Amino acid sequence: MDFTLTPEQQAFRDEVRAWLRASLPKDWADRVHAGSDVPRAEAYESLRAWQGKMYEAGLVGVTWPKDYGGRGLTFVEELILQEEMAVHKAPSVLNILAIGMAGPTIIAYGTEEQKRRYPPRMLSCEEIWCQGYSEPNAGSDLAALETRAVRDGGHYVVNGQKVWTSLAHIADWMMLLARTDPAAPRHKGITYFLLDMKTPGITVKPLRQITGDAEFNEVYFDSVRIPASQILGGLDNGWAVGMTTLMYERLALGFGLQVRLRIALDGLVALARKSRRRGIAATRDPILRQKLAQLWIETEVFKYTGARAITRLLKGELPGPEASAGKMMWVEGHQRVQELAMEVLGPYAQLTRGSGRAVDGGLWPHSFLRSRANSIEGGTTEIQRNIIGERVLGLPKG
Amino acid sequence: MNFGFSAEQDLLRSAARKFLENECPSGVVRELMDTPEGMTPALWRQIAEQGWLGLIYPEAFGGMGLGFVDLTVLMEEMGRAVMPGPYLSTVVLGGLAVREAGSEAQQKAWLPRIAAGEARVTLAWMDPSAVPPPDGIAIAAVPRGGGFSLSGTALFVPDAHTADALVVAARAGDGQGAEGVTLFLVPRATPGLTVLLLPTMDQTRKLCEVTLADVALPADAVLGEVGRGWGALDRVLQRATVALCAEMCGGAQKVLDTTVEYAKIRQAFGRPIGSYQGVKHRAADMLVEVENSKSITYYAAWAMDEGAAEGPLAVSMAKAYVSDAYRRVAAAGIQLHGGIGFTWEHDLHLYFKRAKGSEFTFGDATYHRERVADLVDL
Repeated sequence: MDFTLTPEQQAFRDEVRAWLRASLPKDWADRVHAGSDVPRAEAYESLRAWQGKMYEAGLVGVTWPKDYGGRGLTFVEELILQEEMAVHKAPSVLNILAIGMAGPTIIAYGTEEQKRRYPPRMLSCEEIWCQGYSEPNAGSDLAALETRAVRDGGHYVVNGQKVWTSLAHIADWMMLLARTDPAAPRHKGITYFLLDMKTPGITVKPLRQITGDAEFNEVYFDSVRIPASQILGGLDNGWAVGMTTLMYERLALGFGLQVRLRIALDGLVALARKSRRRGIAATRDPILRQKLAQLWIETEVFKYTGARAITRLLKGELPGPEASAGKMMWVEGHQRVQELAMEVLGPYAQLTRGSGRAVDGGLWPHSFLRSRANSIEGGTTEIQRNIIGERVLGLPKG
Repeated sequence: MNFGFSAEQDLLRSAARKFLENECPSGVVRELMDTPEGMTPALWRQIAEQGWLGLIYPEAFGGMGLGFVDLTVLMEEMGRAVMPGPYLSTVVLGGLAVREAGSEAQQKAWLPRIAAGEARVTLAWMDPSAVPPPDGIAIAAVPRGGGFSLSGTALFVPDAHTADALVVAARAGDGQGAEGVTLFLVPRATPGLTVLLLPTMDQTRKLCEVTLADVALPADAVLGEVGRGWGALDRVLQRATVALCAEMCGGAQKVLDTTVEYAKIRQAFGRPIGSYQGVKHRAADMLVEVENSKSITYYAAWAMDEGAAEGPLAVSMAKAYVSDAYRRVAAAGIQLHGGIGFTWEHDLHLYFKRAKGSEFTFGDATYHRERVADLVDL
């Protein structure tokens, strides 16, 4: 057991730190709401440019193989990078679904041609990806998906609908799960496609969320033709490929949420320091102080549990079901931070953007509302508990 | 960066688990907890033969020269077995106080005998006010005839009734806080010192009231320097807190294991109860709390071994988190077992009571959260 960094890791930390200090625009946090969860529409272009800059500096996809645009480093360097981004309140990359999910899955299952074609353009943010998994009747029960892909010569013809599709409105590509063999048992007849979003027959309709923003969408497929060469990981093998993506998703969400939890907690502490309760700072209120300390402790505890998971990854293991535990605790911690921010604000929690009396420009009520999605997106907390119960503890399926 | 145990540490764990399964199964735990001593001379001798009593002392003093990460492994296994007896009080409290504060001669006089199982020393650090140290240290040390006279009462002193000597935290002068805190090594047979064994909820851990009525001590009974005992005592209590957290992790893991095994076989409405989400989800929450407890405890143990600057913060984060976690995990274990979990016959109550007692030992979660708030300057 050793928490000290090797000289190489220390050098990497210094490199990241120096680069962030030199490159991060000063007014960044105000413009892109660094404390909130998903990039907002007004920030897309600046975030695209930001990811491009990070890529040029070699700071996107650091764990990916060099042949496919990465740096071939370990998850320790990824952790160092994420920690530094948290300390400097840097926004996360825009192409998060590609970096966190599509890329690692293509690197794991793709043909050599696919691996050379897609990952580098994900890293540079030239091509943005979205994830076509959930459907109106297939959410937590993903294997119930009904979108059909029927063979027609060298193509598959897709009909159906996806929903809750983040970034579909700006995406160039989609990871698409569609049913290719309706007669097979429901987990067996699914195929994973790499779909060009410019293909005719695709309609994207934005969905407005409880925040008032529209980050996610409905996507309709009307006889959309995909070349058979766009299958990833083999015909009717989509469930296994898709599950790998989800494990990476939870891992990536875990990394990303760790950063956002730290940023949100630091923001909350700053907020509590300047808020007054009965004439004293809210941090000196004995009850709020206990709650703040508890969140501080949990944020640190989750970090070390994450570090233990990384130690296992370094031994060459794929991300396993323990990623579910990481995802679950981080989202619950983040939701508690947001709820405590509301408590600290008191009646001012009601005031949103546009009010001159709103605290921090109305950031907190927005990120509070957005945080409700944390325990739903990327697999609900209930599904994570099922995975932990069944795959870690070995309890029987219901 | 590496958050794993070494091959030697894995070996220590498997050897400890095997030893305790053979020599200290729950039947033995129940026999021991019903005796005032909580330990038999034969089992203590066997524990000494394993090298555990000198695990963290230098080889020059008859120890194995290992560190707190190694001790963490052993404490987890002892917590898993809910082992009774004076291990924590002897090795990590009394012995470590001699190690941290004592002169070369004092260490030489006591540590080899502790390591060999020939002597036991405990620590008295809290008075009946139950105010955490150093503020609550109230036993008065008055200079007399070249030595000192000690008067006062210490409460919650573990295993004082079977110890050969006690390290007593007393106060010289009228100071407050750390001022005047002095450590004395007091043989239990010293005239004026009386020990009363207290009936406690957790019968596997014996707590005593120690009364000192004008106890006359020579000058060489002082460990370290007069008035400067807090530094060493603080280090001892921090290390003991980490060791206790490790013991709590081991107990919580055992409760989880027992509960999961039961949920796989116990049938209700024609299915194993573990197939119901009401049970499965609570078990998942138990796992998360157990794993988090281990993470922060291992980190704190590493910080103790390294003498890292963030050590005190790591210790308080660990005790705050693990105190709540073990209590909740033990309670969930009883709940998921149903009626059988509430019986004397089932072992769960041993863990539930150990969790509750441990919660208050070396400061509860509320106390340590306040310390964290202080240390990070909230």
